Formats: sequence, C-alpha cells, structure tokens
Amino acid sequence: MHDLTLAEMCDGLARRAFSSIELTRHLLARIAAANPRYNAFITVDEAGALARAETADARLAAGDAPALCGVPIAHKDIFCTRGLRTSCGSRMLDNFIAPYDATVVERLAAAGAVTLGKTNMDEFAMGSSNETSYYGPVKNPWAPDCVPGGSSGGSAAAVAARLAPGATATDTGGSIRQPAALCGITGLKPTYGRVSRWGMIAFASSLDQAGPMARSAEDAALLLQAMAGFDPRDSTCLDRPVPDYRAALDQPLAGLRIGLPAEYFGAGLNPGTARAVRDALAEFERQGARLVDIRLPHSDLAVPAYYVIAPAEASANLSRFDGVRYGHRCANPRDLRDLFMRTRAEGFGAEVKRRILVGTYCLSAGYYDAYYHKAQQVRRLIRQDFLDAFAQVDLILGPTCPNPAFAFGAKGGDPVAMYLEDIYTIAANLAGLPALSVPCGLVDGKPVGLQIIGNYFDEARMLAAAHGFQRATDWHRRQPEALAEAGA
Amino acid sequence: MNWETVIGLEVHLQLATRSKLFSGAATAFGAAPNTQACAIDLALPGTLPVLNRAAMEMAIRFGLAVHAEINPVSVFERKNYFYPDLPKGYQTTQLARPIVGPGHLDIELTDGGSKRVRIHHAHLEEDAGKSLHEDFHGLSGIDLNRAGTPLIEIVTEPDLASAEEAVAFAKKLHAIVTALGISDGDMSQGSMRFDVNISVRRPGEPLGTRTETKNLNSFRFMERAIYKEVTRQIDVLEGGGRVIQETRLYDGDTDSARAMRSKEEANDYRYFPCPDLLPLQVDAELIERLRATQPELPEARRARFVTDYDGLSDYDAGQLAGDTATAHYFEAAARAAGDAKLAANWVMGEIAARLNSAELGIGQCPVSPEQLGGLLRRIVDRTLSNAIARQVFEELWRGAAADADSVIEAQGLRQVSDSGAIAAMVDAVIDANAQQVAAYRAAPEAKRPKMLGFFVGQVMKASGGKADPRQVNELVAARLAEDA
Repeated sequence: MHDLTLAEMCDGLARRAFSSIELTRHLLARIAAANPRYNAFITVDEAGALARAETADARLAAGDAPALCGVPIAHKDIFCTRGLRTSCGSRMLDNFIAPYDATVVERLAAAGAVTLGKTNMDEFAMGSSNETSYYGPVKNPWAPDCVPGGSSGGSAAAVAARLAPGATATDTGGSIRQPAALCGITGLKPTYGRVSRWGMIAFASSLDQAGPMARSAEDAALLLQAMAGFDPRDSTCLDRPVPDYRAALDQPLAGLRIGLPAEYFGAGLNPGTARAVRDALAEFERQGARLVDIRLPHSDLAVPAYYVIAPAEASANLSRFDGVRYGHRCANPRDLRDLFMRTRAEGFGAEVKRRILVGTYCLSAGYYDAYYHKAQQVRRLIRQDFLDAFAQVDLILGPTCPNPAFAFGAKGGDPVAMYLEDIYTIAANLAGLPALSVPCGLVDGKPVGLQIIGNYFDEARMLAAAHGFQRATDWHRRQPEALAEAGA
Repeated sequence: MNWETVIGLEVHLQLATRSKLFSGAATAFGAAPNTQACAIDLALPGTLPVLNRAAMEMAIRFGLAVHAEINPVSVFERKNYFYPDLPKGYQTTQLARPIVGPGHLDIELTDGGSKRVRIHHAHLEEDAGKSLHEDFHGLSGIDLNRAGTPLIEIVTEPDLASAEEAVAFAKKLHAIVTALGISDGDMSQGSMRFDVNISVRRPGEPLGTRTETKNLNSFRFMERAIYKEVTRQIDVLEGGGRVIQETRLYDGDTDSARAMRSKEEANDYRYFPCPDLLPLQVDAELIERLRATQPELPEARRARFVTDYDGLSDYDAGQLAGDTATAHYFEAAARAAGDAKLAANWVMGEIAARLNSAELGIGQCPVSPEQLGGLLRRIVDRTLSNAIARQVFEELWRGAAADADSVIEAQGLRQVSDSGAIAAMVDAVIDANAQQVAAYRAAPEAKRPKMLGFFVGQVMKASGGKADPRQVNELVAARLAEDA
C-alpha cells in the first residue's frame, strides 16, 4: 500500500478500495519500524492520525470528501500544529506547543489530509545536511552513511522511504529542492507569496516559502493545490487566483523554450551529475522543447548575498527566543542578562549561533552599508538576470545541486563548503521565483536532481514540464535497493 | 551674560484605535495584566504582523493637520534590542522613510505674537509592554497588554526657546490630536508622552551639547523638567564644566532628575526594513478622502465661534474652541439656551470652577449641556434671577432633577414679575424703614444710587429672591422719588 503514489491513494480511498484507517495504520506501523533507522520523524502523532483517519472515512462514506480526504501526510516540524509539539529541530522549542495551526496545516487538514507526525529538520532550517538538528541527523534512505540534504531532510527521507506519500517542507535557500534531489523525490518551492507563511517559524522572512515534497510532479500538484492561496494573516502573501495544477499537467512540452544557464554547468559540477542532467535535457528536446543557452551573469554573487541577507533577517527573527514567555529557559538565572545569555547559549546549536552572529554583524553600525545594503543591491541584480532570461525562455533547467548526497561529517569542519552545496538553488529564493527538483538519474547509486526554475506564478507550467518528463522516464519510481528488498 | 535655550520635542502619541498596530487584540486601558495580548503580541513563533488601517489613517490625519507631506511610500523597520517587555526582541517602527514628512505648527506666545515650530517628521510604531517591579517579592512582572499598541512619534526641529514655548506647543498639539479624534489625549494614562531635548548656548554661538529627558507625562512636569535642566546646564557651564550628552529621567513627585545613560552606553539598534511587512503605499485618493473628512481643528473653530455667536469675544472663542469636548459642550448648551454669550459665561465660569474643584473633565460633567441650556433659557426669559438660577443649578449638579423646569415647578422658584405684587412689597419696605427713607431723601443726588441698594435688597429678601430685580429697582426708585 505504501508504494502507491499520493494520487493513487486518493483514488483508492475514493473507490473505497481501502479505508483511511487501514492506510494510516499501515504507514504508522512502517514509521514505527523504520524511524529508528532513518530518524525522519521528531514526533509521531498516532492517536491524532487515527482520529483524523476515522473522520476522513466517515466523510468518504458520506460522499462529501474533499480532494485529499484520508491521505496521510507528514509536516516539517517548522509548521505550528495546535496541540502537537513544534520544535523546529531545536532544543529551544523542545517543549513548545503552539495554540494554533499554520495556514498550510489548516488548509491541508481542510482538504482532508491526515497528519502522521512532524518531520526532522536542520535546527531552525539552518543547514544543508540535517546534521544541525537537536534531534540528531536524518539518514538518507539511499545511502545510510550519507546525509539526506537539508533543511527539510526529514520530510525528504520520509517520502523516499515510503513512510508518507507526501510531506510539507520549506525552502529558504534550497531546503526543499536540495533534499528532494539527494533523496530522489520531487520537491517544489513556489513563488514567494504563493503560500502563506502564517504559523511557519521564520528563518529569513523575505526568502522563506513553504512547498510540497512527494514522489511525483502529479502528487506535488495535488498538495500545492491545497496549500496555495491568499491568506490575510500574511502581509507578504499575494491575492492571486490559484490555477488547477493537476488539470494543467498534460500540457505538451513541444515548443517550450528551455534556458540552460552557462553558470550552472561550469566548474564544481560533479561529472556524473552533469551527465544525468544532460540526459534529462535530451528527453525534453525529444519531446519537442527547444534548448537555449542563456547567461545569468550574477550567479556567483548569489551565495555571498544570501549569507548576508538570510542571517541578518534570522538574527532579528530569532530574538524572540529569550526564555521569557515560552520555550527553553535556563535554570536559576542570576539576573536579566544571565537569563537571556544562558537561555540562548543553551537553547541554540552551533550553526544557529554562527548565523545569528553573522547577521548581527552585518546589521551593525558601520557595517550595514558594506554588507546588508550591498547584498540587497546584488539581490536586485540577480532578479534582473532572471527577468532578462525569462524574456527569451519559458523555463530554466539545470542541476539542483553540484553533487549527490555526501557522507555525514564530510563538510562539518567547513561551513563555506557546505554553503556551496546551495549554489544553484539560492538564486531562486533571492529572486522570489518558483523552482522544483525532480529525480533524473543516479550517480554511484545515489539520486541526482534536475532543477526547473519558472517565472513568477508559473508553477503550473513547471509541474507540467516535470510531469511530461516523468511520463517518459522512471527515475521518480526508483527506490533504494534496501527498501525494495525489505518492502516486498 | 545671558543664555539661549534650544529645545526640541519627541512626542509619543497613543492612537485611539480599537485594536493594536499589527494584531487584532484590543487596546483598552486598565484590563487585567496579559488579557489583551494575543499570539502576535506575545511573539509566538510563526505569527506575522498585519498593519491596522485605522492607525495608518490616523497618522495621515495628523500629517494633514500640521501641513505635512504624506509620503506615498513609507517603510517599517525593526529596531533590535533585548528587553523582557519587548516580546519580539525588536520594535517595529519607521526610521528612514516615515509616513509623515516635514510640517509645522504655529503657537501663540504670551506677548501676543506667534511662532512657527517646524515638525521634522512623524512616524508610526508599536509600543512595548510594561515591566512591573512592585509586589513580586524581588521578581519582575511583565504585562504585555500595551505591547503592540499603535503610537505615532512626532519629532520637532529644535525651534522652541523656553519651557513656556514647549508647553504652549504641547498644549496646541494636544488640542489638535483630540480634535482630530486620533487620541484620547489622556496624559495620566500615558496617551501622550514627551521626550525633551535641551541645550543652551550663548547668543550667536553654535548649538551646545544636548541632553534628553524622557517620558514626561504632564504639561506641568514638562515645564518643571525643562526649567530644572536648563538651570543645571547653565550652572555646569558657568562653573567651567561641560554638558555630557546623556539621557535623563525626571521624577515629578520629587521634582528632581538624574542621568540614566550616556551616549557611550547607547545601544546599536541595527535597524533594517521589516521583511514581514511590505512598504506602506498611500495613494493620493486616500489622502484626498481623509482631507475632505478632516474634523474641525481648534483654530478654525475659534474663528467660526466669533462669527457664529453674537457677543463672543475672540478671547472667549479661544477659551471655548481649544478643547474639543468643551467646544462641543458649549455649542450644545448655547443651542439649548438660545443665548451664546450667557452659555459661554456659564461654561467658562460656574461649570469650569465646579469641574475643577471636583477634579472632573468636561466629559464627566454631571450637568449635561442640554440641562444647562434649559436652565439658561429660564434666565433669558426672566423666569429666574441669576441667584435662583444658581440654586437650580445646584439641584441639577446633585442629580436631583431631570431639568431646570421641574426644579422651578417643584420648589415654586418662578420669578415674581407681577408689578402689583412687587409694588406691594416695595410699599411695605418703605413703610417699615421710615428713617432710611428720610436719609435717602435728604441725601445729595450723587449718593442716592448707592443708598437705593438697601431698599432693593430688602425687597428681594422679602420676595425670597424671586422678584425680578430690574422691576424692583425701577419701582423702588419711582416710589422714593414721588414722595420727595
């Protein structure tokens, strides 16, 4: 049953081939058995999931079932869930139970989805390997000695290991696409403002965006359909109609103009990854798309600009964790200063502290112009690069990340080497553009991701392109050998 | 040698919105601690701000009232610092691009002249919560009811030259914002707070080093604090010392001030644009709609009072028009009385005195303007003498009657204007006071009017105050004259 795609589960539930209770119990059993191996979940909500599944079955029986009625999913532990702990992968929020649901959680619940639990993540979404989680690293189902990517590594591993057919995730600099690529699944970061950020714990507010992770473009389309839309509680959420993503999936690729940025195929790209991406591009060409060489001249400035803007925003966003009102508080503070300092010293891990320090520095008197202001100027240049490119092409394709999954600890001593893993994903966040990753090959038995970047609010076209590719290929249906053997 | 004082003000004005600047929580004063703070005010993770439109419109109304430019795009920024009553660890405010640009306000000086005070800008921002240091046995309490309350901060240029000018400006500002209805102006509850920047210099010299005295919440404290600080700075300078740039706190209870922190200890607030809020766009259409619906401001009202109400002097009009609640009270009373001058005299006289001694505002006056007008109508139509009117007023003030007419009916206070009845009383008084009558008739003409008062007083006494004094006067004078 766990091998079914999310779309197939919807069909099976609607046809009453199986009940939501059966499906939910099955996946809960798989999680119980497999989670000690992968560490993909921080919290599993067995009682809540079964209660929601029962309600879903009643609605399915009554014939008033919404789109995702009875389908179990997982939420990244960055989304607030009423009554269920939301840790954000941090000791700081190890005891935090939100009195409200994030809009994303609320909308998926309204669509009938059943929450299985909360998935592991880099602490406060700061990381590309899931090694910064207070709850320990997530293992890549394809290679247990390798990272799943981050920060949404728990969601990616849960989907790859067939513990859930789909999961929510967030992407600030690649946190959906990079783990999707490393775990061989499909992940979509929508246009900034497409999905509400209400109830999603902020890392870098101007870059953060929620999106779906699933095994196929079709499944991602179903999830995005439920997640997207205007929310008056988020001032940066845009009031634009949400197209029918699933209905748009069958648009043909013929005539599509696909831009290939020279900057995404240069030095630093793993040759195996490059080969897999080239093969995928050939498939697009075969279906009638036209490949166009383009330039994104400011690409090399994306990582440095990002590592000023994101930490700067984070340094303010994380100030609220002060031990006064909720979350971790140090024992027996001597005075106010001691309360603030020790609470934050104990509650935050090393990577979070590093970014708070970097961000604080960038905003300090005398440094603001040289760092923050300059980074904002770079951001505008990067956005202009894309606007120029989209005047010539419909989509931009390239690798999602330079290398397949790397071993635990491989980049632990060198934060900059780790930051460079996001070299192809960060620009879309800076520009606010939608981008997705689909599996397109294997290197040494580890998945490779193909990135598709679209114009603003062009998610339907991107999903159709990904779907067209997935109709002709089976990379998205591959699963880790260990899983295939055990899962029979 | 003399000194020149240079003063600039920063005014924090609490806006009279129902909900907070970025959340739907109520702003009402005096609720139990932490009962008016929602998830957004508590800065729970994942919460986001949404701007309160009403607060934005109030800021624009203020800008229009002080002839300021309204910036078509303004930007909210984060001001970062840690404090237990600042839940997010930053205050959302405006810095580089405030909503209200440069403007000005003219004040009247005691010598009758006027002075233009330039306003540098005014910006929207949220208030912090309160730290409570009493009653917690060595611990501090945090009340976040006030956290997120909308404020505008109004910053003047250093155009004020004395405590008197600063107070005149503050009072004028108070009159304007209450007239606009954008603030309740209740200074005792902190709705209007002043930070005063003060420096002194020799005439013609460049500006001296300034100090900032923070959080003054009454006109009197502001006046005292400025006086004390100016004196202190002059003493320091004349003693050969130099003024240190610092923030000072003034304690109204002890009429003393102390240094709080120096410039060296000041925070680096690391301002940057708030990424949760888009730049605030104000279109010309909205500005014009607000301009067209601006309430009447004190100056315009004063001019209208002089034109509209017969017998009202410019001084009277100024007194009545300055405070919006008083102006509304006066206009309602004048309408009901049918005599504006009389209503003005009562509002500025009896009503003002009684409210003052009872420590009440005009809004809490136990006598409504309609009740007062009803009473005054009975003076105008000569049903009541002034003396009896005061008695009736007393009944109304006590809440003993619904209106003047029912007091007059119940107590039989109707003025006697029946000339036959008054003539009889005059005759009786003259008959009973033969000696005084003889003295009057023997007196020279010049002394007689004064002596007449005795007989009038006797008649009024005999009538229980109800006789029409004008008629009594006439009849007494006539009777004394005819027998002479």
